[in-house]
Amino acid sequence: MKHFFLEIEESLRIAFMQVRIHKTRAMLTALGVIIGIVAVTLMGTAINGIDNGIENSLDMLGSENFYVEQWPWKDVGDDWWKYRNRPEFKVEDANLFNDILDETPDSLLFVAVPQVRFWINVSYESRSLNSIETTGTTSEYAYASNNEIEQGRFFSKQEDISGSNVVILGHDVAENLFPNTDPIGQVVRFNQRANYRVIGVFKRQGSFLGLFSMDNLMVMPHRALRKIYNGNRWNSLLIKMKPGVDKDAAMDETIGVMRRVRGLMPEKENDFEVNRSESIGEQLDKMKMSVAIAGLFITGLALFVGAIGIMNITFVSVKERTREIGTRRALGATRRSILVQFLTEAVFICLIGGIVGLMLTAGIVMLVKQAMPHVPVTLSENLFIVAALVSVATGIISGFAPAWTASKLDPAEALRHD
Amino acid sequence: MSKLNKGTPVIDIQGVKKIYDLGETKVEALRGVDLQIYGNEYIAIMGPSGSGKSTLMNMLGCLDTPTEGHYHFKGEDVFEMEDNDLARIRNREIGFVFQSFNLLPRANTLRNVELPLVYAGMSRTERLERATEACIKVGLENRMEHKPNELSGGQRQRVAIARALVNNPAIILADEPTGNLDSKTGEEIMALFEDLHNAGNTIILVTHEEDIAEHAHRIVRIFDGRVAHDEINKKPRKALRSSASVEQAEMAVADLV
Ligand SMILES: Nc1ncnc2c1ncn2[C@@H]1O[C@H](COP(=O)(O)OP(=O)(O)OP(=O)(O)O)[C@@H](O)[C@H]1O
Ligand SMILES: [Mg+2]
Repeated sequence: MKHFFLEIEESLRIAFMQVRIHKTRAMLTALGVIIGIVAVTLMGTAINGIDNGIENSLDMLGSENFYVEQWPWKDVGDDWWKYRNRPEFKVEDANLFNDILDETPDSLLFVAVPQVRFWINVSYESRSLNSIETTGTTSEYAYASNNEIEQGRFFSKQEDISGSNVVILGHDVAENLFPNTDPIGQVVRFNQRANYRVIGVFKRQGSFLGLFSMDNLMVMPHRALRKIYNGNRWNSLLIKMKPGVDKDAAMDETIGVMRRVRGLMPEKENDFEVNRSESIGEQLDKMKMSVAIAGLFITGLALFVGAIGIMNITFVSVKERTREIGTRRALGATRRSILVQFLTEAVFICLIGGIVGLMLTAGIVMLVKQAMPHVPVTLSENLFIVAALVSVATGIISGFAPAWTASKLDPAEALRHD
Repeated sequence: MSKLNKGTPVIDIQGVKKIYDLGETKVEALRGVDLQIYGNEYIAIMGPSGSGKSTLMNMLGCLDTPTEGHYHFKGEDVFEMEDNDLARIRNREIGFVFQSFNLLPRANTLRNVELPLVYAGMSRTERLERATEACIKVGLENRMEHKPNELSGGQRQRVAIARALVNNPAIILADEPTGNLDSKTGEEIMALFEDLHNAGNTIILVTHEEDIAEHAHRIVRIFDGRVAHDEINKKPRKALRSSASVEQAEMAVADLV
């Protein structure tokens, strides 16, 4: 074993020397590996970023919440009509749901909060914002949602029932409408007509994957919103479960209660969907897959080209140094020593490529971070291991054939070579 | 035949043939060679160009295997050995000196000299110690950090000889060691071999120059792949120790002081 380490040490010394002598050649050869490592690490970083983004956004949606809705959070494909034909959500559905919860003392569910959503224009004095996602809901929203109040307060039960013209602004909306003034108590206009008073501002939530702000929203009593948009349709019923209860059991209960609300016979299918935050994750998994496939394709291609380059250069090196191989064999090098020596050289070049590639990736990540500070990209230490493994593997695979040839050279023949 | 030496020979080859098969023609480089070499012999293998000296040398050095014949090295049957065992014998028992030195061009003297010890699995400090010792033996104590291209031909061959010595081998095999050197430098190298022989080393020298062969104590003449003569050299020629080399040695000492 000690013997083997000495051989590796010697091989590394030789490899170091060879690379120093042929700097340009080594660099050109390593180019494919560099590109490959950049591709694989960038891909890893992107996937990590998506993962982080998913985690953050799932936190915002609340991992303890369900969303009872007409449509599932996925691509419905050919089933479009089935979902389209489902009954809409009515005010009564939500009331009934909460009534049933009240009658069930050992319920796993805490509260059901109906939500209706419109995209409306809001203005304050000369400033105006278009298409802000606006949720009309009940006062229980304050307990169920993960949106926390930063300034002011949420609307009260009283304001809920009477449908007062009050609104709570998302952080971005408040910032854009009131860059210099305190928004609390100010009156904003919706669609140029209705006047609503700002009573609170939500804390900043950040952005989803750094791309979509999650603070571009407004919340108000649903009756107040319905003054602008008529109707009694609901978009979704936000269900908050009690803390610490089993999520699947709570989900089952939600389905059970909802079936009662709809008065479904046992043999009938659900005519609603219970969505949970994980469903978003599934959607994003697809995105991750595409990134991974693209990344692996580029990586594979670059490494393939790189590997062929390294194989070629190692063959050249074996040819150029045939006499040296003969001399080493005469001095007692075994076939294995020669094999290890040339393998080490190939691996060494690949490792250099790997290091350069990692540095490039680190540079790119830094640039991205500066340009888009909210994009959740970080170079994880796992990627260093991945990069090292990929480089070493490429080196071994591409160096093997020439190293094997070198180790099989007949010592006497090699010594005659000039 | 040398009957003075008793005991088992270090090298004992019998009926060794080597035939190079070149497709249409076959070249019989060795046509049945018998040879015994004992410890602390100083032997020259002579013969015209193409007579098979180098081929025989490669056999003796365990670098090549014959088409036919037997080879016992210190009683061990070499031709039956695996590649790894041959490598071990070359590493521990044989020191090679080549006509064209065969040094690693980018490595300094010490690195070149310690190379066999790397393959012997010796630790770095021990390697340095032994390599330094060998350098001193061949008079290179103040050239240890030099690269081959910073050395004269004679000095390069000294590096090669130090490298051959460093593992304390049973025999030193030198194939035309003075072939690339001028006659004066050649004499210096011969003086070094003489010293090594006096210090107890076994030396096998391949040459086609009569003057060089005369330094040896036994001369084996190869002709057309066979041993034609094998005789004791009653009066081996003493190597001329030129005043230049004495001067050099003095300078070396001065450098050290
Ligand atoms: N690898 C080989 N393939 C074919 N023929 C070879 C090979 N090696 C040597 N020979 C032939 O074997 C014969 C002996 O060659 P060898 O090298 O042993 O001669 P030599 O005595 O060392 O000559 P020189 O003094 O010129 O070095 C020559 O005829 C040579 O052409
Ligand atoms: Mg020859």
